[in-house]
Amino acid sequence: MTLNVSAYGPIVSTGLDSGQRAFPYLTALVLVPAGAALLVLLLPRARVAVVRAVGFAACTGVLGIAAAVLDEFRSGYGGYQMMSEHPWVGAFGFSWTLGVDGISLFLVLMTAVLFPVALASGMQRRDPKSFTFWVLLLESACLGSFLSVDLLLFFLFFEATLVPVYMLVAGWGHERRGYAAAKFFVYTFAASAFMLVGILALVFIHQSQTGVTTFDIRQLANTRLSGPANVLLFCAFTAALAVKAPVFPFHTWSPDAYSEAPAAGSVLLAGVMAKLGTYGIIRFDLGLFPHAVVELAPVLLTLGVIGIIYGGIVAAVQKDLKRLVAFSSLAHIGFIVVGLFALTGESLSGAVIQMVNHGLYTAALFILIAMIYERLGTFQLPKLRGLQHSAPVMAGVFTLVMLASIGVPGLNGFVGEFLILSGAFLTHRWWAVVATGGVVVAAVYLLWAYQQAFHGRPLPAAVSGGSDGPIGTGSADPGPPTGGAKAAPFREMTWREGLVLAPLVVLIVLLGVYPRPVLERITPTVNQLVLHAESAAHARIPALGRPGLTSYLHVAGAARTQGAER
Amino acid sequence: MIGLESLRGLQGALLGAGGIVLPHIDYTAILPELILLGGMLLLLVVAALSPRRLATEFYATATVGIGIASLVASLVLWKDVVSHGPFTAVAKSLDIDGFAVLFLVLVSCVLIVAPMLAVGYLRREGIEGCEYYVLALISGSGAMFMASANDLVLVFLALEVLSLPLYVLAGFDRRRAASSEAAIKYFVLGAFSSAIFVYGIALTYGATGSTNLGQIAAFLARNVLTSNGVLLGGVALLLCGFAFKIAAVPFHMWSPDVYQGAPTPATGFMAALAKAGGFAALLRVFVTSFPTLRSSWQPVIWVVAILTLVLGASFAVVQRDIKRMLAYSSINHAGFILLGLQAATAQGVAASLYYLFIYAFLVLGSFAVVTLVAGRGDDQHDLSRYRGLARRQPVLAGSFTVLLIAQAGAPFTTGFFSKLYVLQAAVAAHSYALAAVAMGSAAIATFFYLRVVFLMYSGSAPVEAGVSPELVEPGAASLAAPALAMAAPSGQALASGLVAAGGAGVEPAWAKRSGGGSGASGEGDGAEPPGEATTGVPETPLSSSPWTVAGLGICVGATVLFGIWPEPIIEFARLATTIF
Repeated sequence: MTLNVSAYGPIVSTGLDSGQRAFPYLTALVLVPAGAALLVLLLPRARVAVVRAVGFAACTGVLGIAAAVLDEFRSGYGGYQMMSEHPWVGAFGFSWTLGVDGISLFLVLMTAVLFPVALASGMQRRDPKSFTFWVLLLESACLGSFLSVDLLLFFLFFEATLVPVYMLVAGWGHERRGYAAAKFFVYTFAASAFMLVGILALVFIHQSQTGVTTFDIRQLANTRLSGPANVLLFCAFTAALAVKAPVFPFHTWSPDAYSEAPAAGSVLLAGVMAKLGTYGIIRFDLGLFPHAVVELAPVLLTLGVIGIIYGGIVAAVQKDLKRLVAFSSLAHIGFIVVGLFALTGESLSGAVIQMVNHGLYTAALFILIAMIYERLGTFQLPKLRGLQHSAPVMAGVFTLVMLASIGVPGLNGFVGEFLILSGAFLTHRWWAVVATGGVVVAAVYLLWAYQQAFHGRPLPAAVSGGSDGPIGTGSADPGPPTGGAKAAPFREMTWREGLVLAPLVVLIVLLGVYPRPVLERITPTVNQLVLHAESAAHARIPALGRPGLTSYLHVAGAARTQGAER
Repeated sequence: MIGLESLRGLQGALLGAGGIVLPHIDYTAILPELILLGGMLLLLVVAALSPRRLATEFYATATVGIGIASLVASLVLWKDVVSHGPFTAVAKSLDIDGFAVLFLVLVSCVLIVAPMLAVGYLRREGIEGCEYYVLALISGSGAMFMASANDLVLVFLALEVLSLPLYVLAGFDRRRAASSEAAIKYFVLGAFSSAIFVYGIALTYGATGSTNLGQIAAFLARNVLTSNGVLLGGVALLLCGFAFKIAAVPFHMWSPDVYQGAPTPATGFMAALAKAGGFAALLRVFVTSFPTLRSSWQPVIWVVAILTLVLGASFAVVQRDIKRMLAYSSINHAGFILLGLQAATAQGVAASLYYLFIYAFLVLGSFAVVTLVAGRGDDQHDLSRYRGLARRQPVLAGSFTVLLIAQAGAPFTTGFFSKLYVLQAAVAAHSYALAAVAMGSAAIATFFYLRVVFLMYSGSAPVEAGVSPELVEPGAASLAAPALAMAAPSGQALASGLVAAGGAGVEPAWAKRSGGGSGASGEGDGAEPPGEATTGVPETPLSSSPWTVAGLGICVGATVLFGIWPEPIIEFARLATTIF
């Protein structure tokens, strides 16, 4: 196992080469869920318990491996670590190259945490065998995407996520699931078509310059691109990534997909899959086309800010709780985009940590909403009232998660948003100012929704079980076993449900109170990225027209130490 | 006296220096073809002389044996070509190079797998006898000659040898009117296209003074034609003839009807073989003979490729008959293979070869599954028959899933690398827009492949009210897409058009369904007996014939194995192109 060092720019050798061949953690991360999926496929359909056990064992195993990766990870070092490199198709220059750095580390961990949670939250559904199979395949593909250092390998995994998600949404979703799944699929697949062409074009340009056919992003980062080529390739990549994220004008598939997907599907779509898009932006757009990023940053920043405000306003008028969270997700992705394109070390660190945070609290919100749906069979806010009378614990957890989502200090949402906004304020003041308004809007729609659903006098139907009330629809719904909910009041959270949510709640608080270990590991990579972007952009436009990014780095660094000591 | 004189003159004319000289025939160079034809004759003789009817399994075994023998002969030839370089044979009318040998190997493989997949069908339908295998062998030899032909006249002869048995195979199931109809359609249109092709040969000969591909190329390299209208006309007509064989838009009209009507195993065979043969000759003729005219034919191929890609994928979406859907999907595949030709580079040709190789297995396997699902009588091809297939026949459904997602280009199957390879070639030739359109069409294609997969895995248990609404055809949307494509030449606009159409168009269809459902043709009927899609003929279980299991196993195994480990075939295709 060699700790290969070059992240961006020329290959630098440091003393990190450990020499001995260690356990191939990253390959195991990708292959364990895939192997378990195949195992599940071979199990008889009737053995539900065995299927579940295998699924959980695999997910937990992955979490264990991810924890080991965290333990092995050297902080204070910016490049890829724990590389595993194996040539695959020599003719294409395609290789199985996996590596983890500060940017991908926590996304991998988040993925490893969210999959067991999603699996647990979706377990009572019909046909657990197929469900487990697709979830495990999806986990393999998501982890593969985050860990790929080979551009084609990334694309392979990126595309491989589509089929499991299509199957999950179309197979286990709500009423309009077929439409939502098809829309999701067509949108994202069509958009990624541009990315594949972009990848091939970039590799071709690199090959014509160096004579080497490779998809390795460490080498491709050194490609010299003309101005128009840079911008076009940036657009080709960003088209795919922005649809996946989704960034404002490309978001129209997401409310449908998020709200029609089953709970586990929403958790994975919003929590993990959306991050594939933003991760791709930071990894590929910033790493490969820094020149275009600097040039087009105002456009993307504007889209991000529009997303924040638009998402917030549309969320505020939603009557459907799940669509509300879907639109709030659009706003949060907007924050991440602002952080990415503000191009300061601080805002980038904030964006990375915000990706993780958003995954955690959005997942928790979707699971909570699914619990409400299981009891009452509706997502409609007007049909919910006074839930906290009969379910105070659930109301409490909901409040905590909601406050994290709003960005209240002390919870994880604050850390990311603060870093993003303060970082963006340095370079793009007015965008940051408008974006800050989004925080207020977030408070408006979430508190509003909370008030409607949890405060007030409980609806008579919810207590007595009226014939035409939400209970009626709930019992008509064939999916969740509503059981004795008809006569009983709104049920409190069970132990099992609490156990599903517990890891998320713990992490939300932990990351809010003590984000320093996370930031310590993210920052070196981010700084290296900023330096690379800076030098690459400078190399092409000597007069950058505004102060270099490094000058901000010092400010950002100072601000970060303050932030960390806060 | 005079009579003797003239007789001697005739003799002199026949044997003398200026008369017909029988060329030296290098039999080793045509050994694979000879094995096929000899084996075919042997089969016929055995069938005629045997006192009682021999079982279809006997003929299948013999055909597989012949296929394996020709595969071995082809591989020996491959070794020869690799060590000694390409050579021409039989008075330069055959060019034995890596390119040709790759097709010899491919055709041999098809002839090994296709009989295995036909046995179950022939037994089920009670069509005993050796005819199917004999026709397949003749057709295979035609495809082989087509790949190695170095003379336009031989290309034409090989084309006919390839096609005539296919016309018969299309009408092989005499009891079904659809089968005869398909045969007539195929024959009439095929004969028409052959006539066009011959006219193309004549014009080319008129312009260049030769029908030999090498000599045509040499002539064009040496001479600058001041007015090359005749030559261009000839090239255009040749292209028409080829485009018919490979079912490229706008010469694709026959293919859905023929695919639908022909007996299903014959359809698979036809799709694999006719496409391979057609593309073999097309690639060779255009890349070796007319490289100097590249600037003239490349834009035409560009347009044809775009039309083929987009129309193939779009029309497939609205099909309810699985065979028609696969027919349109094969048109889409033809568009992808055309990308390699359009690039007109060694990489492009290698990519096309690789694609053809991979595609043969995919299409043979897919039609084998369709054969089984259709059940006795071979006319149950509605998509609704696939509902809940996974419940009834998990292995069959799993195999079909692999084959379909491979056709869609899913990662970790052969389909991904084949698409990647042609796209890489297109990008390297700076055809960015074409590459983007191709990927856009792949997106549409993936949608209809996945629809079938989803149908198979949607449980036979009633699934709430909105039974897989994605089955409701977003026809309007998809038909709007090509219109947009034609209006906007740039790939960017096309794909955004697709997105818009995909997003906006599906909604009305859904709304229509939830409103009344009457507009959704047929889906309502399919959904009515939930789980009991097998109302009429029961589908044939996979286990009914070990032959089918073996054949399908080869197809699926190759798809997965070479999807994860694509190196050997890619290297094969690359080498085949370098020894050109």
